[in-house]
Amino acid sequence: MPGATPDVDGNDDPADDGVRIDMISGARMEGLTSMEKIRLILDGVRDGNIVILEEGLSPDEESKLIEVTMTEISPDDFTGIEIETYPKPESGNQSFLDKLMGRESTQKLTVIGPANRIETLHKDENLISTLVSRK
Amino acid sequence: MGLLTNLRDSISRVTDGLFAADEPKRIGIYGPPNAGKTTLANRIARDWTGDAVGPESHIPHETRRARRKENVEIERNGRKVTIDIVDTPGVTTKVDYKEFLDHDMDKEDAVRRSREATEGVAEAMHWLREDVDGVIYVLDSTTDPFTQVNTMLIGIIESQDLPALILANKTDLPGSDVQQIANAFPQHETIPLSALEGENMDEVYTKIAEYFG
Repeated sequence: MPGATPDVDGNDDPADDGVRIDMISGARMEGLTSMEKIRLILDGVRDGNIVILEEGLSPDEESKLIEVTMTEISPDDFTGIEIETYPKPESGNQSFLDKLMGRESTQKLTVIGPANRIETLHKDENLISTLVSRK
Repeated sequence: MGLLTNLRDSISRVTDGLFAADEPKRIGIYGPPNAGKTTLANRIARDWTGDAVGPESHIPHETRRARRKENVEIERNGRKVTIDIVDTPGVTTKVDYKEFLDHDMDKEDAVRRSREATEGVAEAMHWLREDVDGVIYVLDSTTDPFTQVNTMLIGIIESQDLPALILANKTDLPGSDVQQIANAFPQHETIPLSALEGENMDEVYTKIAEYFG
């Protein structure tokens, strides 16, 4: 990484000392195409990071995320993703007009990480508790 | 001339519509790995055509390609429904070949199986977006239905406005909890069954005719 400061152990990869979490705002995702969003997520996760999306993905994008993830799984390298969401109350109350106009409500906090580093301990509509392990 | 063209187009639309109504509906059998999708597909196919769809196994990802059984005619209460059954690989967000090593496989076989499984899941997602007219969602009623994959898949199915029937399978096993599945997806009707033992298949066929006819 250009400009990175080497660690005390001489290793210049900060991810070796901890877990990097990328929290991506809804505004950052808003201007991206579906594939750009999926690329942004998977590039981060494949680097070992935890990605938190403020507003989540649409069902169609989730479907594509699973599909692209499957194509990138490789033995001893990348085993896939762990993903958890909880819906905000309004996401279940989409009006008929919104559906008709294609205005999908996707507002749901979403946590995505490498399958071999993140484990869900508990999940309900108000709490997602995950254990993140170091490499 | 224009009048004749319009008339011909109108007749063509009507006849196309008639033929489309007669075409079999493609019904995808979806769900997580080891929910009993292939057992159900085989049960339906054997009951109405005499043939099976594919091999069943307790090892996850036995089905690694979407398999179609065409023109399955189901008759219920004097009503005939023709469907193509599409048995799909269990959907997941992760596949680790090391899990297969526990099932007496060497590394080479396990890696090949995991690669085929990932291709199968990708294919299943593509079918769901493009190529099915309805979904039978199969869940193992002895396991927790509140998983992210189930939540996402039901959301994807609902966003496509596909008719969906939720089946709580494996009611023959101790620990089966159909109510838990009904509670997880209250917006859908949940039908209990044991595809292995053939329990409650009458109700399943009645619902298939009702939902997909």
